[in-house]
Amino acid sequence: MLRLSTGVPRLIEPSSGLTADDPLEFGAIAGRTPWQLFWRNFKKDRVAIAGLIFIALLVIAAIAAPLITKLLGASPPNQINTSALDSFGTPTGPSSEHLFGVDPLGRDVLSRTLYGARVSLEVALISTGLATLIGVVLGLVAGFFRGWVDSGISRLMDVLLAFPALLLALGLAAACSLGDGCAISTPLQGAGVATIVAGLIGAALSLARGRREMVGASLIVVGFGLFFLLIGTFFTIKIEPGAGVVIFVITLVSWTYIARIVRGQVLSLREKEFVEASRSLGASDARIVFKEILPNLIVPIIVYATLILPTNILLEAALSFLGAGVQPPNASWGAMIADATGVFDSAWWYMLVPGLALLFTVLAFNVVGDGLSDALNPRQEGS
Amino acid sequence: MIRYILRRLLWVVFLLFAVSFITFVIFYLLPSADPAALRAGRQPNPALVASIRHQLGLDQPWYVQYGRYMKNLIFHFDFGFSYQNGVPVRQLIFSRLPASISLAAGAAFLWLVVGIGVGIIAAVRPRTKLDRASMGLALVGISAPVYWLGLVALYLFSSDIGLIPILPGANSYVPLSDDPVAWFTSLIMPWCVLAVSFAAFYSRLLRGNLTEVLSEDYIRTARAKGLSERRVVFRHGLRSAITPIVTIFGLDLGILLGGAILTETVFNIPGIGRLSYSSIVRSDLPVIQGTVLLGAFFIVFANLFVDIFYAFLDPRVRYE
Repeated sequence: MLRLSTGVPRLIEPSSGLTADDPLEFGAIAGRTPWQLFWRNFKKDRVAIAGLIFIALLVIAAIAAPLITKLLGASPPNQINTSALDSFGTPTGPSSEHLFGVDPLGRDVLSRTLYGARVSLEVALISTGLATLIGVVLGLVAGFFRGWVDSGISRLMDVLLAFPALLLALGLAAACSLGDGCAISTPLQGAGVATIVAGLIGAALSLARGRREMVGASLIVVGFGLFFLLIGTFFTIKIEPGAGVVIFVITLVSWTYIARIVRGQVLSLREKEFVEASRSLGASDARIVFKEILPNLIVPIIVYATLILPTNILLEAALSFLGAGVQPPNASWGAMIADATGVFDSAWWYMLVPGLALLFTVLAFNVVGDGLSDALNPRQEGS
Repeated sequence: MIRYILRRLLWVVFLLFAVSFITFVIFYLLPSADPAALRAGRQPNPALVASIRHQLGLDQPWYVQYGRYMKNLIFHFDFGFSYQNGVPVRQLIFSRLPASISLAAGAAFLWLVVGIGVGIIAAVRPRTKLDRASMGLALVGISAPVYWLGLVALYLFSSDIGLIPILPGANSYVPLSDDPVAWFTSLIMPWCVLAVSFAAFYSRLLRGNLTEVLSEDYIRTARAKGLSERRVVFRHGLRSAITPIVTIFGLDLGILLGGAILTETVFNIPGIGRLSYSSIVRSDLPVIQGTVLLGAFFIVFANLFVDIFYAFLDPRVRYE
């Protein structure tokens, strides 16, 4: 059997039907792109594929919610219909008219659940995307430049992690949900000024200590500060009550997770030989970061982003459950479960349907996340 | 080691300061409800609101308010008084703490036993039906929202409305000092519900670590020299695989001691979580400050203990 010592044994494999015993048969060996390899591994994982299909259906259902409710003949999500209540005023259960029953106001549970999927997915996807972006940028800067920039970012994460996360989220969400939202331009300007000052002090100290390589890092920090300051000055940024607040809050508490992972990876990657080789060839910091280090981070970033996504769905639902999420009358799964708390002994469907929707959605994302990490890390042969 | 601990303690003090300051700024700057107007009752007239505002010290600039708060806190261990009912915050917190500790401690015991047990069983029989079934179940456990599980449990088992009425339902919490038996039975359901996702997470984590450790060379050596399988798994394998569990356990327990808001809400347990929730809804800043600080205190000290404990658990770790 021919053994090609590529260091990455899975990259080149004998294609089926042909044996690679003869070195002359080299052309029979099919090269596969990492994406093909990943897909080969992933599609063997039936549970993960099932999860992926569920997510795809859910996304379609969420986008087409108005159409589906119309096709099923269900009433719109916010339509109050007292005739759907029985003569004691308690909601009626599943029937041909309301497949999953109605809530205490006579609103159709099925269409509210469908519209709730929109909120859940929108909030979770946007906040996960933002958290990943912030986490990658800060983790990369901290891990690559090390020194005082790293200490600063790590201490910032320490402070955030010291907060009881749900309490912080709840407090911010409650504060911003009252009135017409909270303007964060001033805090943003403050943060910008503080960042600029920190960057300048850092640059001065680096120069004084003769550590020239940290000056560039300091200037990047100053750049971030200027960015915040300009945004805070020229745009009135307001966090609107409802989905906006929830996205902001979830991003705030979840970016540290990605940042820690990325920082750790960068710390070890920057010492690797290929980075050293690139540096000795005269590559700039920017080139090393974007061409050498970042491509190696894509796999862990994808895996961890898929892993925080279900957590963020749960967090959004928890905030809505506590009344700090999307405001009524708009439907969200957490708020529906909270509504159901008062009537769940008589109207079990009102508690069960949004709860199961939430459970299956989170489960599907977890399953896909698991499958992804198994398929992308060939060394850990998953079950 | 002593120097390391001292340095960490200084950092803890700074962290608590930072947390208190940020909390203050958030709730001072953001347009939450006006506590004076809330306290003035149904028909607030401007004069009454103004006098209440003066009485609570809300008419002073923010740095004066914060300075006074910190002074009382540091020198008198005084957390101030609730804007809502004038009760000292310290008293409020200490009256609510036993419920939160009862809930967290019982659930923690349960999820450790179940999580570690299931994790070991799954790891020593990898790829069997038992392993797949328990890990699949664990994935469901991680995905289920705790408040919904609580409702389902109440619907199924609570003595007043349940289909199989065998356990006391919501509102049944009794302090341990009043009636230990009632305390225990009233907490069985909350403990189980709260423990589900943690047990599921721990079992998955332990299974992953333990399968990896059990494939190490030194485990083969241990087996080769004829040690019993029990000794190999527990003394050689588990000893090394359990360190990440210890870290996470410390953090989880620290967070829960500061109040399990969702579980306490569903079962109506009068703990710190309920207190902080109601204080946020009512913009009761001193109580919010107190509960956030308490939560942060538990989190940072749990972190510290975990790091110190780590050095004892893993002889390779040395602090200087």
